[in-house]
Amino acid sequence: MASASEHSQFIDRSEVKAADQTHRKRLLKVIASYDSVVTNQKQHQFHDWQSARETAATIKDYVLDNLPELLEQFERNATANGMQVLWAKDVADAHTLVDEILARHNIKKVVKSKSMTSEELELNEFLEHRGIETLESDLGELIVQLAHEKPYHIVTPAMHKSKEEISEIFERTLGCAPTHDAEELTGIARDHLRQVYITADLGISGANFLLADDGSILILENEGNARLTTACPRVHLAIAGIEKLLPSITDLELFLPLLATSGTGQQMTAYNSIIRGPKRPHEGDGPEVMYLILLDNGRSTIYSKPEVRASLRCIRCGACLNACPVYKTVGGHTYNTPYSGPIGAVITPHLKGMKEWGHLAYASSLCGACTDVCPVKIPLHHMLLTNRQEAHAETPSLFWSSALKLWAGAMQHRFIVDNGARAARLGMSLLQLCAPRLAKKIPKPAARSFSSWWRNNEE
Amino acid sequence: MHKVLLFVPCLIDQLYPEMGVALLKLLRHFEFDVQYRSDLTCCGQPAFNAGQLTEARAVARGVVSTLCSDSLADTPVVCPSGSCTAMMRKFYPELFHGQPEEKASCAVGSRILELSEFLTRYDLLGKLRGSYQKRVAFHNSCHSARELELRTEFRALFEGIEGLELIDPSPEPVCCGFGGLFCQKFQGISEGMAITRLEMCRDTQVEEIVSNDPGCIMHMRLIADQQGFKLPIRHSIELLVDAMKIT
Repeated sequence: MASASEHSQFIDRSEVKAADQTHRKRLLKVIASYDSVVTNQKQHQFHDWQSARETAATIKDYVLDNLPELLEQFERNATANGMQVLWAKDVADAHTLVDEILARHNIKKVVKSKSMTSEELELNEFLEHRGIETLESDLGELIVQLAHEKPYHIVTPAMHKSKEEISEIFERTLGCAPTHDAEELTGIARDHLRQVYITADLGISGANFLLADDGSILILENEGNARLTTACPRVHLAIAGIEKLLPSITDLELFLPLLATSGTGQQMTAYNSIIRGPKRPHEGDGPEVMYLILLDNGRSTIYSKPEVRASLRCIRCGACLNACPVYKTVGGHTYNTPYSGPIGAVITPHLKGMKEWGHLAYASSLCGACTDVCPVKIPLHHMLLTNRQEAHAETPSLFWSSALKLWAGAMQHRFIVDNGARAARLGMSLLQLCAPRLAKKIPKPAARSFSSWWRNNEE
Repeated sequence: MHKVLLFVPCLIDQLYPEMGVALLKLLRHFEFDVQYRSDLTCCGQPAFNAGQLTEARAVARGVVSTLCSDSLADTPVVCPSGSCTAMMRKFYPELFHGQPEEKASCAVGSRILELSEFLTRYDLLGKLRGSYQKRVAFHNSCHSARELELRTEFRALFEGIEGLELIDPSPEPVCCGFGGLFCQKFQGISEGMAITRLEMCRDTQVEEIVSNDPGCIMHMRLIADQQGFKLPIRHSIELLVDAMKIT
């Protein structure tokens, strides 16, 4: 009964979060502050935001239409650059590859920069289980790691934490003096991390883009931690989804500002690194070896379904989460999956199984705010509708499918509709007497339908 | 006299017939020959949104066949709900894709006009004159804003109403949390969303909320009642009929 349990746990968590006023107000406030800069940046940085989206969508569609060829081109060029390109079909595959790297290079300590694919692989738990000390270096990721939590958001993993809470976490785990000053808190993390970069054997990162023509990976960040993570340790392992490709390095002129604007309302992220491989013979710094795991993990399934294939355009900017009234009500943890919000609800059922995760498709009012803001024009809320069709076909909810069958039968006959409503009205009167609180949740049918009013007054 | 057919959404039919009556009054005020067919019970959206295409088709097929019947084939249809209009215009072609009704369903969609589209098409916006001394928030439904692309058209409905101060509580449309069966399946989330929306409206110090969708109105009324928001929530037609003193 796994399906009932993910679904019912989702409902339980969502009820708690939705009723938590403090949580809702904080999330709304944090996101509103992003919204205003994002809106501003769209106007100032782009002559025409809509045509920028259109172009980006076209480029990503070109990638998807030519995915096998572009992946091969990327692999050839990356290999020529000195990268060791590895392929992982699923989580188990990726774990085996990581294990081999750990053993081959005698890895004892790992430092990580932000990577959502590593969340798919639950890499922190995997490494911990092998007795390997692992520390996140992105400030937000570090905070949630120290708090033994999962990231709250694709882009801003600790958006749900206040300065006071962060201070308490640092005091408890790093043994520092409490402070509610954001700069001091950042300083504490920085001091702590500097030591880690120097002593770690392996740096693990994600990748924001893979450039097919250049054979390089892109990492966008604001703290410089990814540069240190990928440059200091003697081995660098990057993990990226196979959909992260861009055809050419020239596409960055659009995609760098596009991602920064949509994600955080910046012109550009502060550090944009193009990494072509390990240290070259004449270079003093950098890792001796660089691996790149290209992760499928369900992406081929999405690729094979025409109705949802365009979801692979996603550049993980998080804009749809910020726009989503459901996300803003329940927050990231409620989803219990690395990718939350609208994009999570679209792709998770295909990555992890419709049976267990189909409820995410229904947990939406289909308002379409996500589709409005998506920089690569993924029709997210329409994909939720097609997910619902698939979920219904695979594992129909007995209650709702029977209810709607009855409803559809009734709706084809005016006589049944009006008499059904009359019966419902009676039922409601009873309910009001027996359970007034429940009755408040259901609207009471009118004494007379419009149809019967018309019959009496107009015919 | 122009003929026009009313499409009365199921929620108006069963819960708020007074909204349908108000629309009738408004149309008659402009001397339309108003037609109504009681077999138009619902557009079928609840089943469509649940992913149950068979049931959605069963209901929608009736709508398509009634609207295409000989006596009504040339009659424009007016619908006081952005959501039902979106269903019939945008989603019927998808619902009937590859079905015998495909062509007919596409034709139906282009004939159905949401209230503000209808009033614009028949050049009536300038004739909506009246007075209403209140500060009012307009809640645009997500379907009319995002599926029908009616983002600011509603403003024109109220421009001739003297004394009415129309407030748009947010730069982008914000969902009230209704979402059809969503509000039953995920009650907590839906309630939280409604509270956010109602607070947003209340914070603009309005005396009333109007909307173009009975679904939003129903949901916001329920939650406003549960949570003690003292804000009347009505359909734009009801406000117009009041302001224009149509009896």
